[in-house]
Amino acid sequence: MAAPKQPVTGAGPFNGVLTWVDTRFPLISLWKEHLAEYYAPKNFNFWYYFGSLALFVLVIQIVTGIFLTMNYKPDAAQAFASVEYIMRDVPGGWLIRYMHSTGASMFFIVVYLHMFRALMYGSYRKPRELLWIIGVLIYLSMMAEAFFGYLLPWGQMSYWGAQVIVNLFSAVPFIGDDLGVWIRGDYVISDATLNRFFALHVIAVPLALLLLVAIHVMALHEVGSSNPDGVEIKKRIDPATGHPVDGIPFHPYYTVKDLFGVAVFLAVSCAIMFFAPAMGGYFLEYNNFIPANPLQTPEHIAPVWYFTPYYSILRAVPPMFNSQFPGVAAMGAAVILLFFMPWLDRAPVKSIRYKGSVFKGWLAAFVVTFLILGYLGTAPTTVWGQFGFDAFFLDTKDIATWAARVGTIVYFLFFLLMPWYSRRDKCKPEPEGITH
Amino acid sequence: MKTFLAALLLLPALACASSAGLKFDRAPVDPTDLPSLQRGAQGFVNYCLNCHSAAYMRYNRLRDLGLSEQQVKDNLMFAADKVGETMTVAMRTKDAAQWFGAAPPDLTVIARSRGADWLYTYLRSFYRDPARPTGWNNVVFPSVGMPHVLYELQGVQSLKVETSTDAAGHKQQTQTLVLETPGTLSKAQYDQFVGDLVNYLDYMGEPSSASRIQIGIYVMMFLVLFIAITYLLKRAYWKDVH
Amino acid sequence: MSENELDKSKRGFLVATSVMSGVAAAGAATPFVASMFPSERAKALGAPVEVDIGKLAPGEMMRVEWRGKPVWIVRRTKEMLESIEKSDDKVTDPQLAVDQQPDYAKNENRSIRPEVLVLEGVCTHLGCSPQFKPKDMSPEMGADWVGGFYCPCHGSKFDFAGRVYKGAPAPTNLKVPPHMYVADSTIVIGEDKKGA
Repeated sequence: MAAPKQPVTGAGPFNGVLTWVDTRFPLISLWKEHLAEYYAPKNFNFWYYFGSLALFVLVIQIVTGIFLTMNYKPDAAQAFASVEYIMRDVPGGWLIRYMHSTGASMFFIVVYLHMFRALMYGSYRKPRELLWIIGVLIYLSMMAEAFFGYLLPWGQMSYWGAQVIVNLFSAVPFIGDDLGVWIRGDYVISDATLNRFFALHVIAVPLALLLLVAIHVMALHEVGSSNPDGVEIKKRIDPATGHPVDGIPFHPYYTVKDLFGVAVFLAVSCAIMFFAPAMGGYFLEYNNFIPANPLQTPEHIAPVWYFTPYYSILRAVPPMFNSQFPGVAAMGAAVILLFFMPWLDRAPVKSIRYKGSVFKGWLAAFVVTFLILGYLGTAPTTVWGQFGFDAFFLDTKDIATWAARVGTIVYFLFFLLMPWYSRRDKCKPEPEGITH
Repeated sequence: MKTFLAALLLLPALACASSAGLKFDRAPVDPTDLPSLQRGAQGFVNYCLNCHSAAYMRYNRLRDLGLSEQQVKDNLMFAADKVGETMTVAMRTKDAAQWFGAAPPDLTVIARSRGADWLYTYLRSFYRDPARPTGWNNVVFPSVGMPHVLYELQGVQSLKVETSTDAAGHKQQTQTLVLETPGTLSKAQYDQFVGDLVNYLDYMGEPSSASRIQIGIYVMMFLVLFIAITYLLKRAYWKDVH
Repeated sequence: MSENELDKSKRGFLVATSVMSGVAAAGAATPFVASMFPSERAKALGAPVEVDIGKLAPGEMMRVEWRGKPVWIVRRTKEMLESIEKSDDKVTDPQLAVDQQPDYAKNENRSIRPEVLVLEGVCTHLGCSPQFKPKDMSPEMGADWVGGFYCPCHGSKFDFAGRVYKGAPAPTNLKVPPHMYVADSTIVIGEDKKGA
């Protein structure tokens, strides 16, 4: 099919070996397609670091995970002790575990920023709808991965967190009870649950994640990267070179730039890992240093911070018809809505740079709401008492619940009203090419 | 909306605040103070290790505190015969649960779940309460199952509750602990004793914390240099991109 | 500005970055490599073992476990000691050229005290544990058997100093573990005076 391959003639000493491999494997063409001759827009800004960083954290999580597996025991009687064994008796074990626990939170921080980038610059718009959908699938897989992994230390928060989340599935009408039992493999969270969550955490979901990430990158390189101006660089090709006028090869330009990003990222992560690995109870919760006790729920349980916006939505919806299901459905819908972004946004331009104030306002409200919901999810519903405000028309103890309700409504309106407000927004015209 | 924004501003401050209304005294924790840690280990072995285990802590790990294996063997090991063993107790969980109402928890990582300040305040807040089966109660941990093991050192306290009304008409309750019978230690000495003990508990919760910080400093110095070099490299490549 | 000059500045930073990345990779690999060495628990379980040999009668063998391996202690009789001398020309390495024992056991009886033999009971061929076969009690070993050890897996034979017979698949003599006497009848296995 393709033209006969040329022998490799590089500056290095390995031309012979490379030629030998290249005649048997598409080495050089892969290299060119994805790095050396993948043309990316010149004007990537700060927000474009997080894609490659997410890949970097994924690698860290897999490597540290492999080594933790060498010493961890997925057995209800031994799990908690085996984690302390890693922290104390295994040489360097504490460092590997902190890398993994800090890495989990950093993964979500990086991915949230990566998603916010997409929202700002319209990276989900045509022709990148599929790219976005695969991305949301990656996000869902990460949530599953984090949820399964969080049971493994078998502390109080592990246990009761899993208990609460699995019981959400029990709220599904008709089949709920059986579904809950099927997920747990027992009538309560038990050894059987721990064992299967372990299998899912260390092999099933990571495989899915790796596959999805590979597809994500392939889809990206098929349609090309978006950029802060939201213009398609493929539209302006330099006739002399045949390459986009506004593009530069990913390698070496973005490899060196992303390496700088990795260095900064490492500095932030290491600062947390070495000086505040528990991050004030947000990355490693205090109650998780108490072994799981099926007979006693901790006074206050909350999911890890990256789930709390959704947890807030769950708590904000009151039970209806004697069922918790509406809350569960709202929580599920909050994530599922992300899939429809490419079709909800009807603005004539992609980037926030050329969108009007209405969209900007909604996006800002969405981000603030997401953060507030996230905070409320970490706190008890009576949290408002400590603000010291006197209630203006509500009982103090209910204010947090009502705040979460308002937040939930804003969250949903951002998506549901988007077809309407994005169309009537006053947008500026998109430029021909990138403007930096 | 205003309250929303106010809440957002308060976020970082709240992250540090605890949800309980009780204010804890600051524990004098210093992982580099080896004499304090050694005294704390001594106190732990003498007073806590009879009922509470520290099942993930090996005796020979006490080398961290500047002790030799022989010193550990001679001064701190009463319940084990090899320095590689962990700090277990002979008491069975079932018996213990029957005697105290709840089995004494393992204390290896207690400082990581409760926090040093909680422990420091708790161990100084026992008071006489005839209504309790043990005769003791605690301000920090009401109806606690553990009797005041250290009362010979601290002495016997009692609880005084006063109700007052402030200018705005809000009723306020103040709880004060009053020392009724002095123990063998003065208040300052007892505070230091508990301080050392909590310092040790904090160390035991994460024995690697000292080396973690030590290594962390070197790693950070390296990374600052690494950031600088990668930035210069990036700039050298991007110089000709317009 | 010439192309060359620019390249030079790039090259300098490239080399510096590569070197630092190498250092970073090596540093990051350290805890992972370290984590595969024996843990504190493994070390505690493999700690030296104290054995009381006061009740060990002449001609008898006792087994103790050290680091999960069988260690034999045999109180050899006069006859057994004589048998060692006789087998000098039957064994592969009578001079103990291969370093299978600490220096203090590098003597004709391969022991600190002539009568007390301490050996790791692990065949140097493929790791089976050989059996104790004294002279009179082992008719199945043949009439010329002077006593020693026999490995059931592949038939290696050893004399009462743990030296391997010629023609056996085992390449070297049985190993003498580090050990020392802390009292007249108490041996510590796994530790010797150097370490104390």
